Amino acid sequence: MHSFVYRANAVLTFAVTVLALMCAIASFSDNLNSPSPSADVQVLNINWFQKSTQGNDEVSMTLNISANLQSLFTWNTKQVFVFLAAEYETPQNSLNQVSLWDGIIPSKEHAKFGIHTTNKYRFTDQGSNLRGKQYNLTLHWHVMPKTGKMFADKIVMTGFRLPEEYR
Amino acid sequence: MDWQGQKLAEQLMQILLVGFAVVAFAAGYALGSFQMMLLIYASGVVITTLITVPNWPFYNRHTLKWLDPREAEKHPKPQIASSSSKKKSNKK
Repeated sequence: MHSFVYRANAVLTFAVTVLALMCAIASFSDNLNSPSPSADVQVLNINWFQKSTQGNDEVSMTLNISANLQSLFTWNTKQVFVFLAAEYETPQNSLNQVSLWDGIIPSKEHAKFGIHTTNKYRFTDQGSNLRGKQYNLTLHWHVMPKTGKMFADKIVMTGFRLPEEYR
Repeated sequence: MDWQGQKLAEQLMQILLVGFAVVAFAAGYALGSFQMMLLIYASGVVITTLITVPNWPFYNRHTLKWLDPREAEKHPKPQIASSSSKKKSNKK
């Protein structure tokens, strides 16, 4: 008993237990952060709007996305995943979500950004309900911590409307 | 390592590790650096290992004093053979 190996094992196991506890507290400390993110999206142009051969409406638009997500970052944040979704209601589905753009923010320095882009992913409806449709653009984000619980939240921007006619 | 040394080593190990953990967490949180916390704690674990794992001389300050064997023969252990032999015979 109480040999060199026994003591080395005891140090190692206790050290790992304490490390796990530290990580748990670090994860808990994220709750003390109360973020105040802001976001603004403008639809600069509807590039084209048409019915595809399958009969589904599809839109291409130019967007200006600007956001300040710096307050989401704490010492325990590895990265933040953001995506912009168009959300609207159709007779078939009470909620349709179409992801238009996404990005990974690796650090706090990159968390304040403004991007001028066309939609990265296709904005296609299930059917042809998009003419004159009122929709929301929602910026969703997932905060990925170094240890512990992942947080998700969103900012909803309302009052967007698609044109009445194909173009 | 003697009995007192074992107790000391065990207590030192626990106190040092918890102490380093507290310091590492405080420093990491204050500096806003997770990496700093891990570095301080890792060096703390190495220091604790160096202090409590090898059999340093200060763990051997209370050596057990065994009786000289010749002295022990003069004072034989009390015999319990009579009762145990009865039990054995019963079993058989």
